[in-house]
Amino acid sequence: MRLFGRLSQEQIVFGLALLLCLAFAVALPGFLTTSNILNLIRSVSILGILGVAMGLVVIGRGIDLSLVALMAVSVAWTMTLIGSGMSLAQALAIGLAFSLFIGAVNGWLVAYVEIPAIFATLAMGTLIYGFGRYFLFELDVAYMPEAARPLLWLGQGTLLGVPVPIFLFAAVCLGGYLFLRYARSGRYLRAVGDNLAAARITGVPARPIIVMQYVLASMVGYSAGIITAASVASMNTRLAISTYVYDVILVVVLGGIGLSGGKGGIRNVIVGTLLIGVLLNGMTIMDIQYTVQNVIKGVILLTAIVIDTILNPRDEQTAQQGDI
Amino acid sequence: MRLLKTGIIAATFALSAGSVLAQEGIDDPTRAPYYDSFAGKRVAYVPVAMGFDLTEGWAAGLREALEPLGMKIDVRDPNWSTDAGAQAITSLISEKPDVIVVHNPDVQSYARLLKRAEEAGIYVVQVNMRSSYSTDVFVGADYVGMGERIGQRMVDKCSPANGGSGKVAITQGVLTAAASIYQMQGIKNVLSKHPDVQLVSNQAADWDSTKAKNIAATVIQQHPDLCMITGFWDVMDVGTAAAIKESGKDVYLLTQGGGNRMACDGLSNGTYSEVVVYFVPGQARDMATMIKHLVQNGQAPGTTRTTLFTPLDFLTKDNMTAASCWDLPAKG
Repeated sequence: MRLFGRLSQEQIVFGLALLLCLAFAVALPGFLTTSNILNLIRSVSILGILGVAMGLVVIGRGIDLSLVALMAVSVAWTMTLIGSGMSLAQALAIGLAFSLFIGAVNGWLVAYVEIPAIFATLAMGTLIYGFGRYFLFELDVAYMPEAARPLLWLGQGTLLGVPVPIFLFAAVCLGGYLFLRYARSGRYLRAVGDNLAAARITGVPARPIIVMQYVLASMVGYSAGIITAASVASMNTRLAISTYVYDVILVVVLGGIGLSGGKGGIRNVIVGTLLIGVLLNGMTIMDIQYTVQNVIKGVILLTAIVIDTILNPRDEQTAQQGDI
Repeated sequence: MRLLKTGIIAATFALSAGSVLAQEGIDDPTRAPYYDSFAGKRVAYVPVAMGFDLTEGWAAGLREALEPLGMKIDVRDPNWSTDAGAQAITSLISEKPDVIVVHNPDVQSYARLLKRAEEAGIYVVQVNMRSSYSTDVFVGADYVGMGERIGQRMVDKCSPANGGSGKVAITQGVLTAAASIYQMQGIKNVLSKHPDVQLVSNQAADWDSTKAKNIAATVIQQHPDLCMITGFWDVMDVGTAAAIKESGKDVYLLTQGGGNRMACDGLSNGTYSEVVVYFVPGQARDMATMIKHLVQNGQAPGTTRTTLFTPLDFLTKDNMTAASCWDLPAKG
């Protein structure tokens, strides 16, 4: 046990992903080919981008349960606007503005009204979906109108033989990494997540930083939505009431970003995303039923958490604060 | 002679009197009872969810046919929640509308409730997805037959004897929906007789286009010589189509749906190769006709059982016309 005692959850999950990769490569012909690996990463790149958005919030000791609902509604509204004849750029700007505004409201509720993030964003998610369904669009699925065809490249195009969503995932990861590492507000974000009171005493503008983290998440979420819409030429607003947001949290937590805040980085999101990607791809190749896939996904998640708990017992601080 | 003359004169008078009457019009004796039988009657409509082409199309068709007669259409939208749907039906049973139109999420959930509704004196019309309990009317596709015809298309297109690779894949919606279960039965009936056609993947995508896309991408990648994918809903198969397009392979995409405009658009721009259509306005009309029949005759609910299978159209780019698909009415 001591030998493994230094392993972090990130390394454990990465190890699990490698192990699975190895097993699939031996057992499944056609798994370890360039095209399949590209396909594997492409299929989870949107999940990964959302993971970065969620990761930023969780590092700041928050959580954003309205992330997926906001993404679905703002992008569906953008599509509806384009369909009704608005120019592409203007519709995109309005959708983004709507998304940022809701993000700011989320942040304000958490930072200034001091509602726990989990309740504020849970309520906000339901509110946005209902609002969108009633006022902004009529049908569950918003199709991409002809005028929005230029966007399709973002979701379906390739660059140097590699699908574009992979580049976008990489770009978002790089952006997130640079932000957390080099931007002053990025470091403040981590400080606020680690210990709000201490950060405030040392002069960090804690409340504006909290608002910023939700605005950032909604911005990244909006771009993930545009890529989703581009990749299937439509936006399914039912995502808003599906369990997709828990998949996003799964990626974040699995990768090793603690829900108690202040820990982890973009690398954890990438590792978590890869494990999920390998799992889903392998199970689809094996033609395992969707319901069984969920069971296996759940078991793997629990295994990762159990291994982590054994190797890295709760420290004093987490024990006192609790995980959320 | 004199008698004849009098007769002619009398006849002329009678005729002219008659034509005067005809100019004023005679009342159709069946008219008043017809309208009286509908005035103030209530129809409650419980779909799986509003907000997509099928359920909106049925609602629009029912409104169009029944509201001018003075009937009231009352929509209860459970928004994909079976619980909320069951609650809606339970409360409707005590509110006692004259007719309940129900779109079942699966074969079991509403069965007992529908029986209770009929016992409470409410006509129950089921649309497109059947419950295990049959009620006064079922209007919808014959899914087993549809599955058999789709299976036959797979054999025709893809059997090695006909020049295909023999590899086919299926993307279902959710496994428990009547549409999925019955269709799989039909497809299996055919494929079991044709061992040369191999089902390489049979997955459920939860009616979601992103999942459908990821499944299709992986399957095509594993089987580059895949001949056909058949999906169970055109809205979901937008994702399947995107995966096929990205792969650059020539995979035949056979999908199905209610024949909304988007299906024809998809055929003409090459998104789908073929769409099996159960024409939604036709189904709405069938429902409305059956409702009119039941309400006019006033027989006790549950005394007769009528099934109306919707005729199926196998639409391709070549055989579709401007009238093959329908548009949702703009919301006023």
